[in-house]
Amino acid sequence: MSSQWVIELHGVRTQFGNLVIHEELDLSVAAGEVVALVGGSGSGKTTLLRAIVMLQRPAAGTVRLFGREVWNIGESESFALRRRFGMLFQHGALFSSLTVQENVAVPLAEHTRLSRRQIEEIAEFKIALAGLPAQAADLYPRQLSGGMLKRAALARALALDPSLLFLDEPTAGLDPVSAGAFDELILQLKESLGLTVVMVTHDLDSLWRITDRVAFLGERRVLGYAPMAELSRSEHPLIRQYFQGPRGRAARESAWKPS
Amino acid sequence: MTETTPISPARIEIARDGIRCRGAWTVAGIEGLEGRLALVDWPLGSFTLDGSAIEALDTTGALQLARLLEQLAEQGRAARLVGLAPADQALLELVQERRHEAGQRPPPPVGEGFLAGLGRQSVAHLINARDFLAFIGEVSTVIARTLAQPWRLRGRALLAVIESAGVNALPILALLTFLMGVVIAYQGGQQLKYYGANIFIVELVCLTMLRELAPLLTAIIVAGRTGSAFTAEIGTMRVTEEVDALRTIGISPLEILVLPKLGALLIALPLLALFADFVSVFGGMVMAQFLLGVTFAEFLDRVPQAVSLTSFLIGIGKAPVFAAIIALVGCYQGFQVQGGADSVGRQTTVSVVQSIFLVIVADAFFSVLFGWLGI
Repeated sequence: MSSQWVIELHGVRTQFGNLVIHEELDLSVAAGEVVALVGGSGSGKTTLLRAIVMLQRPAAGTVRLFGREVWNIGESESFALRRRFGMLFQHGALFSSLTVQENVAVPLAEHTRLSRRQIEEIAEFKIALAGLPAQAADLYPRQLSGGMLKRAALARALALDPSLLFLDEPTAGLDPVSAGAFDELILQLKESLGLTVVMVTHDLDSLWRITDRVAFLGERRVLGYAPMAELSRSEHPLIRQYFQGPRGRAARESAWKPS
Repeated sequence: MTETTPISPARIEIARDGIRCRGAWTVAGIEGLEGRLALVDWPLGSFTLDGSAIEALDTTGALQLARLLEQLAEQGRAARLVGLAPADQALLELVQERRHEAGQRPPPPVGEGFLAGLGRQSVAHLINARDFLAFIGEVSTVIARTLAQPWRLRGRALLAVIESAGVNALPILALLTFLMGVVIAYQGGQQLKYYGANIFIVELVCLTMLRELAPLLTAIIVAGRTGSAFTAEIGTMRVTEEVDALRTIGISPLEILVLPKLGALLIALPLLALFADFVSVFGGMVMAQFLLGVTFAEFLDRVPQAVSLTSFLIGIGKAPVFAAIIALVGCYQGFQVQGGADSVGRQTTVSVVQSIFLVIVADAFFSVLFGWLGI
């Protein structure tokens, strides 16, 4: 039984001790969509992302990826499922004892039976695909700037050619030029590779530029789930507050201008 | 969408009506592709490669295709790839474009020779020694400032370290020094029994333990338990830039991080050594009773004759020196952490090895010094 939904959440509840973060939360993402999770601080964007990528088991509810219920499958199937998505962590989470090249090669060496020469070549290419110069391959994570770090982490997330990509604040901490370039890169990859992308972001420019739909989290559930233009006209007080501030208006105005 | 469908391997098929790419040109499908390509008998001159039978293409597969086309071109064969689906064609073009944009990776640096490595390491050791001296100097100035303004000492932090490095170390220290007393009494007792000099077990146990082994063993345990913790704590704070944050707030990291640790160990280690003295002598007493028939009363009666107060004080007096070595090395190595998590682990190892090494060197130095002075 296959469906068009890549991600389906039903009645998800997450909590830390007595603190309930989400309750009865539903969310679905279709193949080929770019979806952003937004919301105020503490609304549980990253927690929800961690529940989707099988890092944290929700207290209740079901999470389905590619139609499989992720907490109800065996270990081998869960490994197979993990191969099909890539995750870009907020601070890169590159292995600090390995070079960029070796970082990208880790999933390839672990999950494929390709020759070393092929793995090296593929890793070099993924580094190029993420928009890094070839010299960056031999650098260690601590030698990279913030923007390069994100790109290197993206190269590792793309190593196994996943069809689903998770990004946790991909443009946070980047200068506007790098952030814009990163947005373009995601858009280009999405179009040419047919990726489904789920991202957590605060970057209003990214929201206008690259998302198909935006899910606004608040009051423990999804308050609004619509394309950006529609969501920004929402009457809900929390959503209004988020998008109608001076920054939100500026981002919308620039989004309408031809760049 | 199921994982169970078998992946048909990527391959080249030469048929009478043309040359085709078949199978899944994906990361899973290209396993063993190199071997299969080597066996393909390519025609000479120009020909077309039919890509319409490719089942699936991802960037990895597209990379293989791009490389294949390049290789054929290098061999002087003009291959033209036709029939790709539009999306696949776009992907191939993206791959080719990115491949050329990135440029060539510089060749790996040549490894240094034996002499060069020896020289570099020697210089690194010298620089390290100089930096450690500078660190001791900096700590000394902070100590002098704190002595002038005693209210600057962080009492709470000091007590916390005394608890974690001192009180919490008591059980493991008791167990190990008790066993050490048992071992010394057992090994020595065998020889003494042979000569009928049973009562001299008191001299043997008390002198070795009080003067040498109890403080040394205590220092080694504290170096492993607490020195490593100091390095890891300060090192992690360096990685997360907390040390820099302290500096910008206008708090000296040495004052808040190093002084309480140094002060606490200076207090805790002599007390621990005293505790170790008692427990290890008790271990020896138990063994003397079982093995040699020397009762507790006889044993304790002889202790004042067996060991002078000087020997006992020498043992305890070495403890603050060991404490200073452990705290300074532990903190210094913590500040040496650069970069990421792996560096924390490396410096922690260096810290434990260096502090144990220096403690033993200091102990040997004391032995020679006291021998020379005749005490």
